[in-house]
Amino acid sequence: MFSIAAVTATAIMTVLTMRGTYESLYSARESYYQTSRFPDVWASLERAPESVKRQLQQIEGVSAVDTRITFASTLDLENRTSPAIGRFYSASPPDEMLGALHLRSGRWVKDSDRDKVIVSEKFALANQFANGDTLRAIINGRLRHLEIIATAISPEHSYAVPQGSLFPDDEQYGVLWMSPKAMGAAYNMEGAFNEVALTISSRVDIRFVQSEIDRILKPYGGLGSYTRKTQMSNLFLESELNSNKQTGTIIPGIFLAVVAFLLNIVLRRLISTQRQEIAVLKAFGYTNMDVGLFYLKFALSAVMAGALVGMVSGVWLGGLMIDVYRDYFDFPDLTYHLSPSLLVFAVTVSAIAAVVGALGGVRGAIRLPPAEAMRPQSPARFTKGLLEHFSFFKRLPSAARMVVRNIERRPLKTIFSALGVAFSVAILVIGLFLFDGMDYMMDLQFNVAQREDLTVAFNRPLPERIRYDLGRIEGVNRIEFNRMVPVRITKGALKREMAITGRKVGDELNRIVHSDGTIIPLPLHGLVVSQILADQLHIKRGDLVQVEILEGERRNESVPIVGIVDDFLGMNAYMHIESLNDLVRGPRLVTGANLSVMGDNQDEVAKTLSTIPMVASVSSPRRGFELFEKQMSEGLMVGMFFLIGFSSIISVAVIYNGARISLSERGRELASLRVLGFSKKEVSVLLFSEQAVITLCSIPIGWYIGKVLAGRPFPRWPLKAIDSPM
Amino acid sequence: MNSKVKVTERYPRINLLRFVSYHLNNAFPIAADSFFVRIHIQAKKNHIFEARGLSKVYKMGEVEVVALKDVDFDLFPGEMMVLLGASGSGKSTLLNILGGLDTPTSGSVMYEQTMLSEANESELTQYRRKHVGFVFQFYNLIPSLTARENVALVTEISDNPMTPEEALGLVGLSDRMDHFPAQLSGGEQQRVAIARAVAKKPHVLLCDEPTGALDVETGKIVLKALDRVNREVGTAIAIITHNAAIAAMGDRVVQMSSGRIVENTINTERMSLDKIVW
Repeated sequence: MFSIAAVTATAIMTVLTMRGTYESLYSARESYYQTSRFPDVWASLERAPESVKRQLQQIEGVSAVDTRITFASTLDLENRTSPAIGRFYSASPPDEMLGALHLRSGRWVKDSDRDKVIVSEKFALANQFANGDTLRAIINGRLRHLEIIATAISPEHSYAVPQGSLFPDDEQYGVLWMSPKAMGAAYNMEGAFNEVALTISSRVDIRFVQSEIDRILKPYGGLGSYTRKTQMSNLFLESELNSNKQTGTIIPGIFLAVVAFLLNIVLRRLISTQRQEIAVLKAFGYTNMDVGLFYLKFALSAVMAGALVGMVSGVWLGGLMIDVYRDYFDFPDLTYHLSPSLLVFAVTVSAIAAVVGALGGVRGAIRLPPAEAMRPQSPARFTKGLLEHFSFFKRLPSAARMVVRNIERRPLKTIFSALGVAFSVAILVIGLFLFDGMDYMMDLQFNVAQREDLTVAFNRPLPERIRYDLGRIEGVNRIEFNRMVPVRITKGALKREMAITGRKVGDELNRIVHSDGTIIPLPLHGLVVSQILADQLHIKRGDLVQVEILEGERRNESVPIVGIVDDFLGMNAYMHIESLNDLVRGPRLVTGANLSVMGDNQDEVAKTLSTIPMVASVSSPRRGFELFEKQMSEGLMVGMFFLIGFSSIISVAVIYNGARISLSERGRELASLRVLGFSKKEVSVLLFSEQAVITLCSIPIGWYIGKVLAGRPFPRWPLKAIDSPM
Repeated sequence: MNSKVKVTERYPRINLLRFVSYHLNNAFPIAADSFFVRIHIQAKKNHIFEARGLSKVYKMGEVEVVALKDVDFDLFPGEMMVLLGASGSGKSTLLNILGGLDTPTSGSVMYEQTMLSEANESELTQYRRKHVGFVFQFYNLIPSLTARENVALVTEISDNPMTPEEALGLVGLSDRMDHFPAQLSGGEQQRVAIARAVAKKPHVLLCDEPTGALDVETGKIVLKALDRVNREVGTAIAIITHNAAIAAMGDRVVQMSSGRIVENTINTERMSLDKIVW
């Protein structure tokens, strides 16, 4: 019964931890989104005058509009060898701002504040900035000294990830807010905006609003509107919430099924050993109902004891989980909060598992006529099983035959025991597979696909002449340019805004790599797209898609799909740079470069690069890889601890119960063997062989189940490729 | 004819002598009796079991239960001995100690040349494996094995066993060898148990109420199987029973009461089982 309670405790603990954190995160997010007026729709554009705001406000269903100026800049931090990136926003007045800042310290920026900034709290903490400190930023090519006057959190940056990265990098990525006036002056955007956020009323069709926004912003270089579904911070949060919800459902589901199974076999056994007591009770006049209820209560008490332990540990663990989440997501009031309905749910499902599990045994106790119950049970019936038709069976010693027949005699019990162990193996396989898969994916991404030392993004499209500026920097070994062009790809009624990356044939630093590791050569004509985009737009090789360029002349042409690549990260579309230039028309331009650097000059080269006015950001894929490794190694230990714990609890419970039941059912038989002169060791081997055979058979089944469950596509982060492509 | 001679000394016997005396007894009852007794007195030693001053005390909670009190006991080669007594008289305790299933609180038990009362657990296991066969009231067959396999279970771990087929033939079950216990009657199951016990050719067979769970007719069939094993294989047999009628089939009857041997009687003639009724 202890093992049953332990399995129940684990199930309930998982429910309360995972669903509890889900609910806590969910409600914290909802209340934060509501109080901060989190936008429903965003749109990036090149530049539009403030007067356009009115037009946007007049769209039916739009309730509020917040226009902003935003740019990415290099931050030159003391004590840091490589440059950091700052994402600057103009801070609208607090009462007008959508996705309002929540100040943690300091004061709001005034219109007259020229060189004063509010910085994201985590960036300040990671770099030990205090209000009053100064940081150097290269804004629009000019070095500026900015004074920190406040720290804040923003719902749009709860999960603050630098562009093109997967993980928050609080040391090297910060979000900064300045007064609109200061931003306008710094970026030559007075009286204009390049990003807009809107809230809409729930009655209106969001797609209609989006199409109106796109229509209005089209003349101003609109890059297509997007909703919460693809807003970075919300997207990560959403996927985290979903995974908690799933874990909180699947794992307890498996565990409660194991509970029901174990209760079934334990209770059946208990009732068969207590036949005489049942008979006596019935003979004394206890009704079937009384006897049935007794065993039902017995089952319920074991399960409820486990549930109680599970609740206490679940609440404790949930609190710890929320502490971890607090490091990732910026929510003003994130606390572990347990809803009564979740408790009721946990108790109800464990009670259901107890009743379902106990039912078989209880029915047996009810059916037992008193007279029959007084007699000892007749010898177990055995027949020759399937395996005996094979000649190898005849060569088995009698002891081995006992094992085989005992396994064959109760096929259901055997199957469920095997399934129990198989699931515990599967849990491990899935977990390890995810870790391995992530490792493989990251290895492929950073060692085969993204081999450059530094990734440079320019603040506007530049002619390839910039090569000379970059090439002059000491230590730069190789430069490969690329061009990213914002587009809208349409196939039939389906469309998607993203960026096409133009590259050259023979690029060696950054390559298109298929998930199996094969490097896909870039064709001279046509588009190569990610599998994930192909799935979304129902594209197959050879199809023609409409490509609308979201800049310049905004040309619209049909382009053939010449390849589909199952890459890991993001949603990509690749094209030969010359074909892309032809598509866009106009001068041949580049928007970024990948660099390889000689020796360990990387930091110096990065610093020099960040002083070049045209350079918007310099980043190192290796840093991303290191962040990933750091995050993984932390997560790995915790994850492994839980996985091994979970799977051990199931296997121990199933195997221990199996052995206990065998011992109890076959105690007499085993004693007979001892009398016949079998040693203790021989008898133990016989007893454990049955469990060993079941376990051995279940391991490959577990591998298979694990493989099937883990065989879903890798979790891909559908990174929005045009997150302000400045 | 069923004359009894009270014995005050312990009498070693050898199989051939018993065989001769049995037939002489049939021909010249009185002469044979006296001859038999004399032979017993002359031929000393050659025990299977020789137990001296055997006591066994069980602790049941705070109560001490004395199961055996200072018992001296002998069993001789080829002998068929019946151990009679009411329940609680200590006969099962004695049998368990002789069989190496239990150890005495004090006293000594010698099996042939081995001091059983000083043997450790693995020596006792080896002893049970090689030298002694058991038959119990509730057969204790392995339900997952057929009759043949139940016997094979023992022959597979013995040094010079009979084949399972031979052993089952000896108890008249040649045609039921591939049946599982649940497919056999009680008497058949008990005979499988006997075949399993004799298959390793033990020197001694210890039977605890072998007919306790059987009706008269079936009981007789089982006892006949034991009788045949004793006569044809020469295995010494000790049968525990509370059924006094069975006593007549033995060479010797030991009566127990309250943990002591109260009577030790030699049957001058073993009665045919067909004549025994209960």
